[in-house]
Amino acid sequence: MKSARLVGLFAAATLLAAGTSANAQITVGVAGPMSGQYASFGEQLKNGATLALEDLNAAGGVNGQQLKLSVGDDACDPKQARATADRLAGQRVPVVFGHFCSSSSIPASEAYAEGNVLQISPASTNPTFTERKLWNTFRVCGRDDQQGSLAGKYLAANFKDKKIAILDDKSTYGAGLANETKKALNAAGVTEAMKESYTQGDKDFTALVSRMKAAGIDVVFIGGYHTESGLILRQMRDQGMKTLLMAGDALADKQFAQITGALSEGVLMTFGSDPRNRPAAAEIVKKFKAKGIDPEGYTLYTYAAVQVWAQAVTQIKSTDPKKVAAAMKAGKWQTVLGEISFDAKGDITVTDYVMYQWKADGTYAELK
Amino acid sequence: MEYFLQQLINGLALGSIYGLVAIGYTMVYGIIGMINFAHGDIFMVGAFIALIAFLILIAIGITAVPLALFLVLLIAMLLTSLYGWAVERIAYRPLRGSFRLAPLISAIGMSIVLQNYVQLAQGARVKTLPPLITGVHTLLDLGNRFVVQISNIQILIIVTTFALMTGFSWLVSSTSLGRDMRACEQDLKMAALLGVDTNRTISLTFLIGAALASVAGIMYLLYYGVIDFHIGFVAGVKAFTAAVLGGIGSLPGAMLGGLLIGLIETYWSAYFSVQYKDVAAFSILIIVLIFMPTGILGRPEVEKV
Repeated sequence: MKSARLVGLFAAATLLAAGTSANAQITVGVAGPMSGQYASFGEQLKNGATLALEDLNAAGGVNGQQLKLSVGDDACDPKQARATADRLAGQRVPVVFGHFCSSSSIPASEAYAEGNVLQISPASTNPTFTERKLWNTFRVCGRDDQQGSLAGKYLAANFKDKKIAILDDKSTYGAGLANETKKALNAAGVTEAMKESYTQGDKDFTALVSRMKAAGIDVVFIGGYHTESGLILRQMRDQGMKTLLMAGDALADKQFAQITGALSEGVLMTFGSDPRNRPAAAEIVKKFKAKGIDPEGYTLYTYAAVQVWAQAVTQIKSTDPKKVAAAMKAGKWQTVLGEISFDAKGDITVTDYVMYQWKADGTYAELK
Repeated sequence: MEYFLQQLINGLALGSIYGLVAIGYTMVYGIIGMINFAHGDIFMVGAFIALIAFLILIAIGITAVPLALFLVLLIAMLLTSLYGWAVERIAYRPLRGSFRLAPLISAIGMSIVLQNYVQLAQGARVKTLPPLITGVHTLLDLGNRFVVQISNIQILIIVTTFALMTGFSWLVSSTSLGRDMRACEQDLKMAALLGVDTNRTISLTFLIGAALASVAGIMYLLYYGVIDFHIGFVAGVKAFTAAVLGGIGSLPGAMLGGLLIGLIETYWSAYFSVQYKDVAAFSILIIVLIFMPTGILGRPEVEKV
C-alpha cells in the first residue's frame, strides 16, 4: 500500500516536472460526440486532429512549440456542448476544432466567443453557425443551403413526376437541411407529397413507413443522421418498399452500411467531393491507412482545419485567437483538401457538393 | 382498411415488446411495492448478451437460424436473469426493511451503474446485427396498390409474447411458486410467518422478470437490428408507462398497457403526425390516470391493517 502510494507520488512528481519543463507547449481542443449514438463521427474528428498534431509536432511544432490535444465530449447534446465549451475555454486553449453536430457547435460558439477561443468546425453545416456575426466561427465544410440546393435540384431534375417525401429529425442540422432541400425543390416547381418529422433516437419507424407506403412514395429525402436513416431504410425494405433513400452528409460513415447491410445499395447522399480522392490528400490518406484508419467522412476535414490554423499561426507568429481569425480570413491556405480561403463570415469560399451513391459492399462513390 | 390493418400489425409488434418489459415492472411492484427502475437496463443488458451470443455462435459456425436462436434464447435468459438476481441481492435486499424511498433511490443508482458499465465495456457506438429472420407474408391483397404484409419477425414477436404471457399467467395462478408470490404480494410479513420463504420468492420474481426482459431484448435486437447502451432508458420509460396505464401490479394489465401504448403511438403516427406520437401516448396516460387512478385493470389499493 505504502509503496504504491510512493510510486503514485513519484509519478505525479515526474508529471509535474514534465509539465514545467515543456512549458513551450500549446494545448488545442477537439470537440464532438465522443460518446452516444453519433460517437463514430466524434472518432472521425479525433482521428483527424490527432494525426494532424502528430505530423505538425514531428515537423517541429508551430513557432517551435509542441502541440497537445485536449478532447471534449458533447454527445451531440446542446447542453453538454455548452459545458464542454466552457471547460475548454477555461483551459485557455487558443483554438477548438469542432463540434460535429450543428446543434452543439452553435451554443458552444458563444462560450468560445466569450472565452476568447477560435472555433473551426470541420463538419457543422447549418447556415446559422456562421451567420451570427461572431468573430470566432469558421468552418472548412460547406453549408446546408448549398447542400440542400443540390439535393432539391437533383430531386426536381430526376424525380419530377415521382412522389417525394421529405423527413427530418427535428435537430438543427436535420430540420435545416430538410427545409433548404424543400425550398430548392419547390423553387424548381415540384411539390413534395409528404413532409414529416421524427424524433432523434427513435428505433421504430414502422408506422411512418406504412404511411409512406400508403401514399405511394417513390423517393424519400431525410434530413437526419445515419442511425435513424439506416433504420428507416431497413424498415422500408421489410415492408416491401422499393423507395429510394436520399440524405445529406451525415450518412458519410461506415456505420450506416453496418446498419443496413447490403440494403445500402443505391442510396444517394450529398457530400463534398470526396477529399480522399484529391491529389493533395494522397500522402496523408496513406498515413491514415498505415494506422488502420480509413479517413472517411470528416476525418480529412478536421486534418485540414488544423492545417489552416497552424499555417495562420506560423504566419503571424502568435496564437492570439483574434489575430489568427483576422489572418485566416485574409490569407489562402494549403491543406489536404486543396487550397482554402474564407469569406468574411468564416465560410469557405469554394464548396463543391456532389451526389454520391452507396454500393452494396458498404462503400460510396461519386455519381457521375 | 388495408392501411388500418397494416398499422395494427405494426402496433401489435411494438406493443408486445413494451408489454414484455412492462411485466417486469408490474411483478416487482406487486410483490414488494417498489418501482425497479433498473429493469429497463436489464432489458438492455439482455439485448447485449444476445448480440454477443449471436456473434459467438456465428464465429464457431452455428449458422442455422432456428438452432442459433434457441441457443441465444437460453444463454441470454440465463445470464440476464443472473443480472436480475444480482441487482436484487446487492441493491434492494439490504434495504428491504428501511424507509420506502431508499430502494427507489438504490434502483435509480443501479440503472446508472448498468448503463455506464455497458457503455464502458462495450463502447458507446451503436452495435448492429444483420437481419437474420427475413421474409414477409402477404395477408391481404385487394388489388389496389396497398398490400397488407406481416414479416416473419413480427409473427415471432407477437407469438412469443402471447406464449410467454400465457405461460407466466399459468405459473402465477397454478403453481406453488405462484401461490407464494401471491402470498408475498398480499402481505410479506404474514407470508413469512406462515412459512413462505419470502427471500427466495422475491429472488425468483427478479429472476423471472429479468428472463422476460431478456426475451424482449432479443426481440428488439432481431426486429430493429441496432442497439446501444442507452436503449434501456427509453424502452424502460415506455414500459413503465404501460405498466401504470394497465394498472401497476396487474399482469394482464401490463400486457394490455404495453399493447395500448404501442397501438396509440402507431395509430397516432399513422393518422395524425409522427412528431407528436409521444405527446399523444403520454397525454392518454394522464387522462386515463385522472379517471382511473389505479390504471385500467388495477385493483384499488386496500389499506393493509
